[in-house]
Amino acid sequence: MPPLVHDIILTRQQCAAWIIFWRKHAAMPNPARYIVEARNLTKQFGEFVAVRNISFHLLRGECLGLLGPNGAGKTSTIRMLYGFSPMTGGTLRVFGIDMRTGWRAIRFGIGVCQQENNLDPDLTVLQNLEVFARYFDIPTKSAREKADRLLRFIALENRKNDKVTTLSGGMMRRVVLARALINDPELLILDEPTTGLDPQSRHQVWERLEELRSRGLSILLTTHNMDEAERLCDRLIIMDHGRILVQGKPSQLIREYAGRDVVEVVEPSPEFRSHVKSLNLMHDNLDHRIIIYGQEGDRIFEKMTGEYCRDNCIRRMATLEDVFLRLTGRELRE
Amino acid sequence: MTKVLPFNLSWRFVRVWQRNLVVYRRIWLVNFFVPLLEPLLYLAAFGIGLSALVGTISFEGRELSYTAFIAPALLAITIMYNAFFENTYASFVRMYYQKTFDAMLATPLSLDEVITGEIIWGATKSLIATAIMLAVISLFGLVRYPHGLLILPLAFLGGIAFGSVGMVFTGTLPSIDMFNLPIFLFISPMFLFSGTFFPIDGLPVWVQHLAIAFPLTHLVTLTRHLCLGMFGTHLLWGVGYLFLFSLVFYPLALLTMRKRLIH
Ligand SMILES: Nc1ncnc2c1ncn2[C@@H]1O[C@H](COP(=O)(O)OP(=O)(O)OP(=O)(O)O)[C@@H](O)[C@H]1O
Ligand SMILES: [Mg+2]
Repeated sequence: MPPLVHDIILTRQQCAAWIIFWRKHAAMPNPARYIVEARNLTKQFGEFVAVRNISFHLLRGECLGLLGPNGAGKTSTIRMLYGFSPMTGGTLRVFGIDMRTGWRAIRFGIGVCQQENNLDPDLTVLQNLEVFARYFDIPTKSAREKADRLLRFIALENRKNDKVTTLSGGMMRRVVLARALINDPELLILDEPTTGLDPQSRHQVWERLEELRSRGLSILLTTHNMDEAERLCDRLIIMDHGRILVQGKPSQLIREYAGRDVVEVVEPSPEFRSHVKSLNLMHDNLDHRIIIYGQEGDRIFEKMTGEYCRDNCIRRMATLEDVFLRLTGRELRE
Repeated sequence: MTKVLPFNLSWRFVRVWQRNLVVYRRIWLVNFFVPLLEPLLYLAAFGIGLSALVGTISFEGRELSYTAFIAPALLAITIMYNAFFENTYASFVRMYYQKTFDAMLATPLSLDEVITGEIIWGATKSLIATAIMLAVISLFGLVRYPHGLLILPLAFLGGIAFGSVGMVFTGTLPSIDMFNLPIFLFISPMFLFSGTFFPIDGLPVWVQHLAIAFPLTHLVTLTRHLCLGMFGTHLLWGVGYLFLFSLVFYPLALLTMRKRLIH
């Protein structure tokens, strides 16, 4: 907890001053200027270590994706990033401000979509946005303008006087997104923005996010949807058991950990399995199938498929899902 | 992990209070009807039904009609109920089911401000309900003015006291059904044994001692004196007790809520 004195002194003017100072600073060409800078971040719940000593950064205008199986520590990491849960160890700077002392100033510049939809069911769609605007000291009149603009942005202006409980899941998620944008954030944090949505709603959200990205907003997002990660993110972090396994551009991760082409053989014969083993290829030997990952120019597949396959072979492009499963394993998480 | 001091407090708790006001105004009619009609119900049942049996009650050397005796107690009970129920059931629903607090904690609000806003809101509900009820009771000539006006700030103070203790339960009880427990152990005994419907001097001595510890006892004494236009410095003891009670339970509410919500 920051000291009492600091909190009383940090008025709105000072928060604004902080941000103006930082913006001026950021406008200067400085390659070391990070939106988020996390060093040795650790989160412990009692004895259990949910996030272990992770370090990463987020550049201005970048969309960074946080991937990992259930319980990997994504939400725990994100919650520290907007000052919701106190860090157990490490240092964290957001907009160049230290989280431990400047959490309030930081929150003025962040928009958050939490993992659960927590719209206010006592209020209408419009009131949800207006009430939220007040938490950021936005005056009533400009709050109304912003809310109207955002409702147009998410194509829900004709539902603005409806109670949020009457909306569908996809509509609610869009309202949550609009609510996260009410303070014109510099950084948008999205915890599984499209989980549970149908393909239509998902694509709607993606398009909105792409538009925001093109306007230069910095985004940190977690997802279990690999298409989403590949489509939206410039860079990815894959984590498991509270540790970062790898980070890099989606295409680069695919090349490195899953190659270029993949051949999947269903119910392969034992001879085929040993043949693949003897060739020293990158492959996964599963119960009912074998998956072989080929690098660029590997002609080996043509040979192999001709020799051993009839209709039990599939040849396809390597995907991010291959990378994810190879790195985090195929066992179910509790 | 949870450090007692310092508290993260600023004027921003007003934002939380405003949020509750927006919701309150959506259903203001319901909110107004209860304190408007409730005293009529009680006065009809006890005042008309029971006063024939009870006759008059002597209070500090005065003979009071039973109606005049219980009317101030109704005010005190309203103060207790409004704040306590707002900061137990209603706050619990916002915290646990609606995740309203979680959403607020992604904005420049601290948890201490959220909880303070909730408690001040509970006290505000006590104040509004008391004002309406006071107006109704005044129509029966049961309130002496200007003394009676002091009941309004008293309602706010009492609201903070009962809201804070309610919030401590919200911060500690695992499920909403368990509020039955503090209601049975804390609210109901107070409702009955705080000099509300009969004077406590008739009770066994140990019960009288216990009753002195009840904040409602002091609140009833205060509202009764003010309604009757009796004013004296001895009333400050009651006010002091309510202050002290708030001073203990308000920080305790902040601490229990931190323990519950900040991980
Ligand atoms: N408040 C808490 N108390 C104790 N353990 C917790 C708490 N919150 C999270 N954990 C544990 O920390 C680990 C990481 O949880 P976290 O919510 O960060 O995972 P996640 O990567 O977001 O998973 P998911 O994809 O399911 O959302 C889990 O094992 C979880 O049980
Ligand atoms: Mg999560």
